[in-house]
Amino acid sequence: MSDWKFMVRQLAKNPLSMAGIIIIFIFVIIAIFAPLIAPTPEGHRDPYMIPRDGYSATPTLPSEEHIFGTTEGQYDIFYGVIWGTRSAFHVGLVVIGIVLSVGLVLGSLAGYFGGVIDEIIMRLTDIFLAFPALILAMAIVAALGPSLRSVMIALTVVSWPSYARLIRGDILQVREEDYIEASRGIGASNFRVIMRHVLPNAIYPTLVMASLDIGAVVLAAAALSFLGLGAPEGYADWGQLTSFARNWIVGPTGDPLKYWFAVTIPGLFILFFVLGWNLLGDAFRDILDPRLARR
Amino acid sequence: MELRSYIIRRLILLIPVLFGVTIFIFGITMLFSPIERASLYVTDPRQMGNLQAVIELYGLDQPFWVQYGNWMGEVLTGNLGWSSVVSMPVWDAIWHFMPTTLELGIFATPIIIFTGVFFGTQAAAHKDRPLDHGTRVAAIFGWSLPTFWLGLVLLMVFYGYFTGLLPPSRLSVPMELLVNSAEFTRYTHINTLDAILNLNGPVLLDALRHLILPVITLIVVQMAFIMRLMRSSMLESLGRGYILTARAKGLPERVVVNKHARRNALIPVLTVAGYLFAGMMNGVVITETIFTFKGIGWWAWQSAVRLDIASILGFALFNAVLFVLVNLVVDILYTRVDPRVRLGGTIQ
Repeated sequence: MSDWKFMVRQLAKNPLSMAGIIIIFIFVIIAIFAPLIAPTPEGHRDPYMIPRDGYSATPTLPSEEHIFGTTEGQYDIFYGVIWGTRSAFHVGLVVIGIVLSVGLVLGSLAGYFGGVIDEIIMRLTDIFLAFPALILAMAIVAALGPSLRSVMIALTVVSWPSYARLIRGDILQVREEDYIEASRGIGASNFRVIMRHVLPNAIYPTLVMASLDIGAVVLAAAALSFLGLGAPEGYADWGQLTSFARNWIVGPTGDPLKYWFAVTIPGLFILFFVLGWNLLGDAFRDILDPRLARR
Repeated sequence: MELRSYIIRRLILLIPVLFGVTIFIFGITMLFSPIERASLYVTDPRQMGNLQAVIELYGLDQPFWVQYGNWMGEVLTGNLGWSSVVSMPVWDAIWHFMPTTLELGIFATPIIIFTGVFFGTQAAAHKDRPLDHGTRVAAIFGWSLPTFWLGLVLLMVFYGYFTGLLPPSRLSVPMELLVNSAEFTRYTHINTLDAILNLNGPVLLDALRHLILPVITLIVVQMAFIMRLMRSSMLESLGRGYILTARAKGLPERVVVNKHARRNALIPVLTVAGYLFAGMMNGVVITETIFTFKGIGWWAWQSAVRLDIASILGFALFNAVLFVLVNLVVDILYTRVDPRVRLGGTIQ
């Protein structure tokens, strides 16, 4: 597979994609070693619920005990952002996984068989794509009742159609190739043709690009959590931690930036997480763009 | 094909989409009990006290298709239910909040388009040089930014650190009182426009002061998007034969880039106007929420958080219809702008 070697070499040459890889790698490390980096206190039942140090509303400044300080309701910010990394990966991987599987199945059916099946599936995608995504997601979360699960369902519902369409388009291109005809000619079943010949030739680029959309999914989930439609109160979630700071944007007179840590730190985690995936995605887009193809 | 028959064909194609959209929205409401659903039909607060009567009136205990028919009948006559968040019918609430959101859009859209197109053009003209790399990094940053967080940080600096310089909400309290008093005529409910029509300088300045941060928050993501799109469209255009001709006959590079290449590169950018609209509607929810800029997005947020199903579904339906229509208009414009695109969809 000289294609893969070429791709890896291109990625290594580009400082932006290297930065993306390093950022993602750091987040993976944080997620894996969360229990070591921010140990769950003794007797605290659910590690994903941020431990509280009292119930006072006012955030407290960073100290030795709370490296990043505490936010509204005395939730420890450091613990929250570290375990929030796990929540982010969880949401991103689950949603992208489901969306890709659904998109793959429906997209291949539509693209390979064409005709009525294609028509039905494409009209179905039209319906879902008729809504601005975040607004439809909000409506779905509100209808299902706010929770992290509802957020994941909502994001899946709003994002599968674009993947189904992308994959269908790829398959339409490959379907007419001679080797597909040849394979059918020697009596291969539809299933075998799709699995062995169409998919491997049609969708790797799409799959690579799509898996990099994790950043976008996490960003959307964080936005919903920020709006108060996501994780339950106290759950380690970057969007929610950001929303806790909403009442503390302006500090007391004479020290207006007093609560900067509560406002900025959770958002910086979101920013860098998404940035990592987008940096990598941008590099891939250049490599895969046929107009900029290697000569 | 004639333009008229093209439009008619497109309008007919809209029917199955809108049918599907309404079935989908109505399907979501079926997750709720008849009592909860009744608020979708109420148009008057007095009816809220007697929901049993509403259930019987609209047949909420009937089979799905009967209920769907009743509901569609109501929707088509403009009855989207009762918005308990603001205590008025959903349809009225949409019109009540629309001017505020429109005001944000009026300021944000031209900025997005002009700066996006300008920087996209420059990036392509300076491909692989510092300007190109700079705008690329800026764009990736731009669409990685959590806008809700950007809004908070902007407020922290421009409202907190520079005490009260650029405050949240739409107008400061004295101006709000003035605007709602008898001496100020509210022609459009768009504050800046009304201030100009009333020849009232202070209100205009105050309104603009409140608009700066929300507009910045709203434009970042879309601007990055348009900029990148414009860049790749420009690169394609710059590689065409007519550019070679233009250069060969000795035209200055500025003319080649800004006239010959850019005008052709703008056409693909036009096709994403629909996505721009959808992105703005998404962005408006977040922006208006952070800045308590009480427009349609703020109302949608309030409805979602307080689980006001009638409002949030009415809003989603309204958006879907609008989005579909915007896309239709864009497609029709496209056939006008680019003579190469023939109405059947084939390029000759």
